[in-house]
Amino acid sequence: MSSIPLNPGAIGTGGRTRARENYLNIKHTVSSWLLTADHKRIAVLYMISISVMFLFGGVAAAGIRIALVRPHDTFFSSETYNKLFSAHGIIMVFFFLVPSIPATLGNFLLPIMIGARDLAFPRLNLLSWYLYMFGAVLVMGAILFGGIDTGWTFYEPYSSVYSNTNVVAVIVGVFIAGFSSIATGINFLVTVHKMRAPGLTWFRLPLFVWAMYATSIIIVLGTPVVAITLLMVVLERVFGVCVFNPACGGDPILFEHLFWFYSHPAVYIMILPSMGIISEVIACFARKRIFGYEFVAFSSMAIALLGFLVWGHHMFVTGESMYSGMVFSLITFLIAVPSAIKVFNWSATLYKGNVWLTSPLVFAIGFILLFTIGGLTGLFLASLAVDVHLNMTYFVVAHFHYVMVGGAIFGYMAGLHFWWPKITGRMYPEGWAMLSAFIMFIGFNLTFFPQFILGFDGMPRRYHFYPPEFQMWNILSSAGSSVLAVGMIIPGIYFLWSLRYGALAPSNPWGAKGLEWTIPSPPPSHNFDNVPIVTEDAYAYEAIYAAELAGDYSHVEAPIPLGAEAEYSSPAEPSKLPNSSEERQ
Amino acid sequence: MSLELQHPAVAPQRLSHQFEQIDQQNEIYIVGMWTFLVTEIMFFGALFVALTVYRSVYPDAFEQAHSALNVWLGLTNTFILLTSSFTAAMAVRSKMLGQRVLTLLFLGITIVCAFGFLGVKYVEYSAEFREHHFPGPNFQWSQTVSPSTAQGDLAANSQVALGVPKIGVNEFPANYQPQQLELHKRELFFSLYFVMTGLHGFHVIIGILVLSTLWLLIYFNHPTVDDYMPVELAGLYWHFVDIVWIFLYPLVYLIGKQ
Repeated sequence: MSSIPLNPGAIGTGGRTRARENYLNIKHTVSSWLLTADHKRIAVLYMISISVMFLFGGVAAAGIRIALVRPHDTFFSSETYNKLFSAHGIIMVFFFLVPSIPATLGNFLLPIMIGARDLAFPRLNLLSWYLYMFGAVLVMGAILFGGIDTGWTFYEPYSSVYSNTNVVAVIVGVFIAGFSSIATGINFLVTVHKMRAPGLTWFRLPLFVWAMYATSIIIVLGTPVVAITLLMVVLERVFGVCVFNPACGGDPILFEHLFWFYSHPAVYIMILPSMGIISEVIACFARKRIFGYEFVAFSSMAIALLGFLVWGHHMFVTGESMYSGMVFSLITFLIAVPSAIKVFNWSATLYKGNVWLTSPLVFAIGFILLFTIGGLTGLFLASLAVDVHLNMTYFVVAHFHYVMVGGAIFGYMAGLHFWWPKITGRMYPEGWAMLSAFIMFIGFNLTFFPQFILGFDGMPRRYHFYPPEFQMWNILSSAGSSVLAVGMIIPGIYFLWSLRYGALAPSNPWGAKGLEWTIPSPPPSHNFDNVPIVTEDAYAYEAIYAAELAGDYSHVEAPIPLGAEAEYSSPAEPSKLPNSSEERQ
Repeated sequence: MSLELQHPAVAPQRLSHQFEQIDQQNEIYIVGMWTFLVTEIMFFGALFVALTVYRSVYPDAFEQAHSALNVWLGLTNTFILLTSSFTAAMAVRSKMLGQRVLTLLFLGITIVCAFGFLGVKYVEYSAEFREHHFPGPNFQWSQTVSPSTAQGDLAANSQVALGVPKIGVNEFPANYQPQQLELHKRELFFSLYFVMTGLHGFHVIIGILVLSTLWLLIYFNHPTVDDYMPVELAGLYWHFVDIVWIFLYPLVYLIGKQ
């Protein structure tokens, strides 16, 4: 622990000595960013874009919570309220959660983790970012100038016939953003298949790569279906063709089937990458191999495949056949098994591990706690009879926020803290990170736990007004959301602060295994001078742990003389310096 | 990898910076293209699902509606596309062997076939527009509907929708007009017909753009097409466009014809 200077500036703030060439400082022009084919720079572009979109989505969420403080809110009109929750859902789902981890951390790390110089199709990767930006600008324009009130699900026939808002522009934006995520998915699939370094067999891959692979399968198989489904909604609105409109015998339930065929697997697009991050973080900070590597890897694949067979549980009360309801209910219960395997294996990895409690690990533990609650309440909703009571209530809202915010965003934060030194070459202030993790955890639970109670008592989701007896829980929830907001603003501030004032990061600040920690922070633009040859399994932490026990391992490296970059190219043994880490013992 | 290719020694190839070997690069291009085609299959798959579902719900209306399509024009288009697929395959072969003139010839025939397909489609579409078969407010259906068919369909439909025992036809209100709903079901068929063939036609247009670009690049000896891979990938795409039609033609034009 002592080897990480918590007090930034202790190592020296840089700037005085000429920095080693890396992907950030190799060129400084605007066009070198906007026309880059470097997966690391595209990841940074994505990171900036999704953070901005997250801000917009968060503002909409704040609006919802302001409106719900009073049973008969007069702050917003009901139309505005409908537009607020629609904007929140559309922005957060399609423009933050789906691209969040794959397009940022995945884009940055996947090629490095498998020892490649870049993704298989670098220009397709850049195109993906432009498609995302085009879709995002279109959607934000439509939301700011008029808005949309269909909710993020665009249910027929409201979206195609009755809504008088900017449905077409928003759907076209989502459609285009869908192709950006398809491009990312194709890129990842091909890269993992064909560009692994020599010796890096499938069962030596880091679990984050397995998670990205499973995610990419879902993206490739699911996204086109929702794309064409939404396109048909647009055609109905624009040309008056008739596919889902019941006025001419069309079936709105068919729309829901096709929509959820993507949108249920899409929640696994959001959560699987987080699970991959948690596996990395827990193995590193428990200083142990992940418990049951193959099970964790295959549970990702099982979630990806089973995830395609459960969409019908969104339609238990829509007149879907009782028998298909039973089958969908059963498969939904089944998908809890691979999720539980992961949770048990992470817990077993931590058990008797040599735990080093850092902020990424705190976020990861927060993930496990919140995801467990989110997952178990999913089982309530998977039960046919209980779902009749809970469907379309705040219970559902609380459930998926526990999975999406408590799961996906906590995982994203864990990963962002874990790899921030690698991405930016700067350390963030650990104390502030710990503080924000705890504030986020408290604020999150205060926001969403009352919603379980509200939903169980029967408060419907998406309603502007509610009976006064629900007010206490709604006030708690709104209060919690402001705490949560503080917990998210703090990282925003110290991450930006660290870019300039943070201590320079060594190439492996956590003593972690994995190819990304064998190259300097930030990485050079070609990643590896020589293609690495992998000779050991992932998470072989025994050597590091033994070295730490013996007190001859340090995470801080000797200063690197200028012009000695070549030393970095080989994944050498952990540098042995007489700086021990007794505090961890 | 089961997609074993004989990578030619004749056509020169360039290696991008992220790859180690030319074979790796070629395999990556092929696998990437196939993955893209998987997404395209899922794209059309949703439409085929919708078509199948509605056909099973409204069998009679769909059979009557599809008989208004011109089977022979569809058949002509099938032959045109199959021919173009053959010439596309030949173009890839010629490019692999470095036969520039033959490549240009076969690519050219493929492009001409693609235009021919769109021309036939234009004739079909204009006939359907003339007969007011395009869905929307102007949709009309002039052919007579036998009342028994309409009522039978309606009764079956009610069963599906309500899950109740069969309702006798005489239980409907006296002023109920089953023809109205019948007409709309045909509109449903034509909606799917126009969306599916329109989307396929859009893919043909993209194919024309891709193939024409390649033709021009090869004609002007542009270095990008020293490599045979662009032609190979465009060929794969063109075969996909072809195979979508191979499924579209029987499912839209032929099924139901006794």
